[in-house]
Amino acid sequence: MRIEVSVNGAPRAAEVEPRLLLVHFVREHLGLTGTHWGCDTSNCGACTVLLDGEPVKSCTLLTVRTDGHEVTTIEGLWSGTELTPVQEGFHQEHGLQCGFCTPGMIVTGTAFLERNPDPTEAEIREAISGNLCRCTGYENIIKSIRWAVEHPARSRESRVGSRE
Amino acid sequence: MQVPARFEYEKASSVEEAVELLRRLGPDAHLLAGGHSLIPMMKLRLAAPEVVIDIHELDGELRYVREDDGVLRIGALARHRDVLESEVIGERYPLLRDAETMIADPLVRNMGTVGGGVAHGDPAEDLPAAFVALGGEVVVRGPGRERTIPIDALYLGPYETSLAADEMLTEVRVPNAPDGSAYIKVERRAGDYASASIGVALRMSGGEIEDARIGMCGVGSTTLRARGAEESLRGQPPGEELYRRAGERAAEESEPIEDARGSAEYKRDLVRTLVARALERAVERANREGAR
Repeated sequence: MRIEVSVNGAPRAAEVEPRLLLVHFVREHLGLTGTHWGCDTSNCGACTVLLDGEPVKSCTLLTVRTDGHEVTTIEGLWSGTELTPVQEGFHQEHGLQCGFCTPGMIVTGTAFLERNPDPTEAEIREAISGNLCRCTGYENIIKSIRWAVEHPARSRESRVGSRE
Repeated sequence: MQVPARFEYEKASSVEEAVELLRRLGPDAHLLAGGHSLIPMMKLRLAAPEVVIDIHELDGELRYVREDDGVLRIGALARHRDVLESEVIGERYPLLRDAETMIADPLVRNMGTVGGGVAHGDPAEDLPAAFVALGGEVVVRGPGRERTIPIDALYLGPYETSLAADEMLTEVRVPNAPDGSAYIKVERRAGDYASASIGVALRMSGGEIEDARIGMCGVGSTTLRARGAEESLRGQPPGEELYRRAGERAAEESEPIEDARGSAEYKRDLVRTLVARALERAVERANREGAR
């Protein structure tokens, strides 16, 4: 079946089998391997992408379902020159160990802060409850998202300067 | 890699068209809403429909949560998250909010739908038990017809409902808001299905429980209603001893089996305890409402 989908802001047309899951489409057909393929059972959240701005698990989504919609992967969050506040937060607070869950955590965390820019710690914990960290590094992941809350995008330049 | 078996894909652009496709394609076709129950089953080849009829484009027609003249109406494509974020639900039907905070996780709740969760017929799904407690009913459309089924007559067995092959669930209704309600779930880990969950909704009158309904999830081959326990509450002044006895009665009415989520005995114990706790919480909420 032929589909037309916007991926990271760019229109993409493809001929896909109806049973092709979105995680395989973005990784194998589009080469966007930042989205990780984890448990395959909609538990772990490593495959999280944004569908029309909302975080969803791409292992449980038919690619054909995205026809006419917008998909954003971890690659689409990056401007190409500087890190987003959530990405920078993971850097500053050592929010990753093996890194496997990180794309899903960052996509989920970014969408969450768009809706709730000043969350409590409990709200952050709830927001990432569909994303599993196999290193169990949750404390630093929560601190990383907290860091982004305290350093919204506007103050970025001074932050980058102070790091270097 | 888990991949569904091959299927043909159809996309409906109206309820009418979806129902017409169901009529034409017969029992080998399956509706796909949020897909968070069906796709995992297809990946495990527990389900292998020949045709999948995608209804996600019916959001305009079927994605709503509202109360009209005291009747709660939830469109089949309302997402779990829509229910969780609905003000009218938080204020008037708090057991639905209780249940939704415990269903899967926020990402799944962005996709999973109320209609899908109710029509799927999984005895471990929480929403059916919540709607059983609320005395809900489902609106069903078939070719050229519409009917309403009380939710406690919907489930015939695991994954088996009284919907005909050419019928589609379009709305869940709750005719009256309860005075107090609560839903309590015990799960092994965040986002899991229930070891047992209990929903309670009640009506109070003159300081007594006038009527109560109890829905039970994960403790039988279908969603269960604890009719004996309900009967034991009717016309009684609320109190710990009453809740304890209702819990005992509901535990007798449950039909749990041993599985990875616990032994039958453990689940019966959960029913006993959760019924008593849910009753206490529902009565507290009713009293708080009454005091306003």
